[in-house]
Amino acid sequence: MTTKGIAKTAGFAMAFTLATAMTLSPAWAEAESKDPIKLTLHDWTGQLITTQIMGEVLKKAGYNIEYVQADYIAQFAGLKTGDLHVAMEIWETTGRDAMDEATATGNVENLGETGMQAIEEWWYPAYMKEKCPGLPNWEALKDEKCAEAFSTAETAPKGRYLGGPVTWGGYDDERVEALELPFEVVHAGTDAALFAELESAYQRQAPVMLWVYAPHWAPAKYQGEWVQFPAYTKECYEDPAWGTNPDAKYDCGKPRGPIWKVAWSGVKDKWPGAHKAIQAFNINNDEMGAMITEVDLNGKKLEDVVADWMSKNEGRWSDWVK
Amino acid sequence: MALDAGGQQRTLKPMHLVWLAALSAVFALWMWGKNVMPWAFKVPRELRIPARTWIGNAMDWLVETATFGLFTFMELTRFISAAVDAPYRAVLSLLSTGFLKGQGSDAVQMLPPLSWVAVIAIVGLIGQYAGGRKLALLVTACFGFIAVFGQWNNAMITLASILIAVPLGTAGGLLLGIAAWRWPVVDAMLRPVLDLMQTVPVFAYLVPILVLFGFGPTAAIIATIIYAMPPMTRITTLALRGVVPEISDLGNMVGCTRRQMVWKVMVPSAMQSLMVGVNQVIMLSLNMVIIASMIGAGGLGYEVLTALRRLDIGTGVEAGFAIVALAVALDRLSQALARRASSHQHAEAASGGLLARHPYTVAAIAVVILTGLLGLALPALQSFPEALLLTTGDFWNEVVKWINVNYFDQLEAVKNALLLNVMIPFKRFLTGLPWAGVAGLLVLSGWSLGGWRLALLTGVLAYLIAVTGQWEKAMITVYLCGISVVLACLIGIPIGMYTASSKRLWTWVEAVIDTLQTLPSFVYLMPAVMLFRVGDFTAMLAIVAYAVSPVIRYTALGLQRVPESLIEAGRANGCTDWQLMTKIRVKLALPEIMLGINQTVMLALSMLVITALVGTRDLGQEVYIALTKADTGRGIVAGLAVAFIAIIADRLITAGAGRLRARFGLSQREASV
Repeated sequence: MTTKGIAKTAGFAMAFTLATAMTLSPAWAEAESKDPIKLTLHDWTGQLITTQIMGEVLKKAGYNIEYVQADYIAQFAGLKTGDLHVAMEIWETTGRDAMDEATATGNVENLGETGMQAIEEWWYPAYMKEKCPGLPNWEALKDEKCAEAFSTAETAPKGRYLGGPVTWGGYDDERVEALELPFEVVHAGTDAALFAELESAYQRQAPVMLWVYAPHWAPAKYQGEWVQFPAYTKECYEDPAWGTNPDAKYDCGKPRGPIWKVAWSGVKDKWPGAHKAIQAFNINNDEMGAMITEVDLNGKKLEDVVADWMSKNEGRWSDWVK
Repeated sequence: MALDAGGQQRTLKPMHLVWLAALSAVFALWMWGKNVMPWAFKVPRELRIPARTWIGNAMDWLVETATFGLFTFMELTRFISAAVDAPYRAVLSLLSTGFLKGQGSDAVQMLPPLSWVAVIAIVGLIGQYAGGRKLALLVTACFGFIAVFGQWNNAMITLASILIAVPLGTAGGLLLGIAAWRWPVVDAMLRPVLDLMQTVPVFAYLVPILVLFGFGPTAAIIATIIYAMPPMTRITTLALRGVVPEISDLGNMVGCTRRQMVWKVMVPSAMQSLMVGVNQVIMLSLNMVIIASMIGAGGLGYEVLTALRRLDIGTGVEAGFAIVALAVALDRLSQALARRASSHQHAEAASGGLLARHPYTVAAIAVVILTGLLGLALPALQSFPEALLLTTGDFWNEVVKWINVNYFDQLEAVKNALLLNVMIPFKRFLTGLPWAGVAGLLVLSGWSLGGWRLALLTGVLAYLIAVTGQWEKAMITVYLCGISVVLACLIGIPIGMYTASSKRLWTWVEAVIDTLQTLPSFVYLMPAVMLFRVGDFTAMLAIVAYAVSPVIRYTALGLQRVPESLIEAGRANGCTDWQLMTKIRVKLALPEIMLGINQTVMLALSMLVITALVGTRDLGQEVYIALTKADTGRGIVAGLAVAFIAIIADRLITAGAGRLRARFGLSQREASV
């Protein structure tokens, strides 16, 4: 059966019923292993959407799919042994080290970019621009009045910057020092705490400066901007001489980077067609942001949002499984 | 103590001189020793024990090369996990997914799961059987609550893993407990292991468990069993020792074999105490729900986590209370079954047909078949109709928002006052102390409270914390837990004293503290962050909320146990009410109160990994970082340091309570675990 056939028939069939997937199996998928391909689910909405889109596409192509909940970093142990098969979102910014360590063993394979770009940076709500008019340029933060606007009793007169959990890295303590910013870095323990503080401050229109990342629902829900630091380059993180401070590294913004897909090395031989489809998977930040907003802010069911994307983008995903 | 209430005598005993000398020595070291003896403040790198690397290497060896000849260690653990997985899948099919043919998305449902009506009817029948109409109504209401708030499927996933973890934990605990009772060698070897199982934070050993037992619910069940089993073991040993000698003599007289002696005589006689252990296993398993969901158990814990990640407080609260409902239902059922088992005088009705002999079983089977068949025609019977679902919707979010907008400044003022005047100075003081001095004082307290053995134990453990490079983080841990425990006592002891005399008040207070102990702290941690920002203050609030219950419970218990005759005597001597309370009741209840404080310390330490999620900088954070970096050695070393602090605190407080008992001439009462 051709992929056009699948697409055509799929239009009539109810999305996601098992029956559809079974009757539409193309011949080449049937020749491959019928064991379930295990895709990992983590605890943030964007990743759930990405993974479910991939899973549903593979189902349409006749593969057997199983979703498994696993911790973001701990899952690499499972990917190495073949207990788990595919992880759809490894962020350059937070998962690079673990991913490199895993691919170096030869048991885990990088299947390329998802098309989404991770953005992580200092962020403030739009109403703070009144108190600190120079923003979003980072040099405005050097002004003591501006920093004081962001302060709390514990940090005054310095401003308070709420960084991500220590495990996210990000070199914010070093950045504050290198750029000589009158700020104190406080680390949140988890991203739920990070956004709880943002929600709280936003309700009171109170000052807050914190680490926000995208794709995420926060930049869609709250009005605000990322601070514009000198753009990241590799030299900035490696060579002290680079940038405004000749004696320090990290005198620039955070790197933006792709979100990667990785898989157990055995996937290529066991399900070659699925391997190709996962490599072809591609989606961009705006699409993802819109879907996350639908789920987290408008209260739609995740399955419905994924189904909606599937029916609107048939041409695209049928290319992936061709 | 020299300064007695009477105040007539004020002599300086040699013990006091020793303390005075030791305190001045530590003070001198703290003030002027920094340059003379820098090693007393910070253990030099070359003297440190690289325990982290050793443990990491040992772990690699276990996973990659350890072998028993015929099979490797990893194959053994994988076999265990398969053995746990099979019954779990069966229960899960029954409660949630239905019986499937095939794997993954190719699976076809052969038989639907038990419908919500059937499950509620069955727990209702068990309630009726175990404790009559009142209990039946209570458990039906609990399960009804879960269905009405749309948590049914999640709750069934959680229930399935509890139904596997609890029997396994109970059986394992029972067997170990019996072994410890029969062979003193086993007892001696088991004791430190049980201490560690209870005090090393679960996060510390999650990574090795994942690697050894594979991903998914099975690993979570095994972690749950490790955490929930120790009380069962301890209670079994205690209960068997507590069986009156007449009963075992009787067993010997009628010629029991050893096996008959254990299973036919001792275990049935100790049944009532054993059920307390089962109850503890259930409660601790439910405590693990959130952590288990982080490694793939799914269910209610996962619902709480994801809801709070999108700041949907309402859903988080609903799922959290579904866990409480599950805990209440299982707890009351197990207690009622225990009472029934210990008073089963009613003779077996051997006559009559099947219905007369097993009315409850027959009724349950009838309900299952009936609802199963009807469910095919009426979908509302199979899965709870969506139109009837209730939700608190935005209510909780609005409540938090209202407090936030209107009262944030007042809350902030209170927080800042406490933080700047008490917490931060105390933290600076503790972290500035030389480790050698603190360890010396611990040795001295150990010696004066419990002799040289206790002194040796506290000294070695404190030394190990220092030489593995954990001292500063350990001191932050002590600061955070110490302040929280003090606050919990300031709140808990008066509440316990006030409610001890009134039975009606006590039922209410008990309901509240039971809820606080079973409601996942994550549910109130995030609203607390919104009102108090991330940091030590929020962490302290969460610790106090979780750890306050034992001190309330034991204070009330201790006061209730004071013999009425002593109070009468006090009254006859003309004591005022205040004097009765302070001079007689509290004094006599002091050993019990100390036990309560001890339990509070343990619970406070076990909250550390949760408070790491709001950005503390203590050992809990270290364990959490190690988890997210999958660094086994680092996690276990930090986890052991937490356990050492717990053990030092436990031994010192227990020894202190023992001395108080001896001083008041009270008999050694059975300490609950």
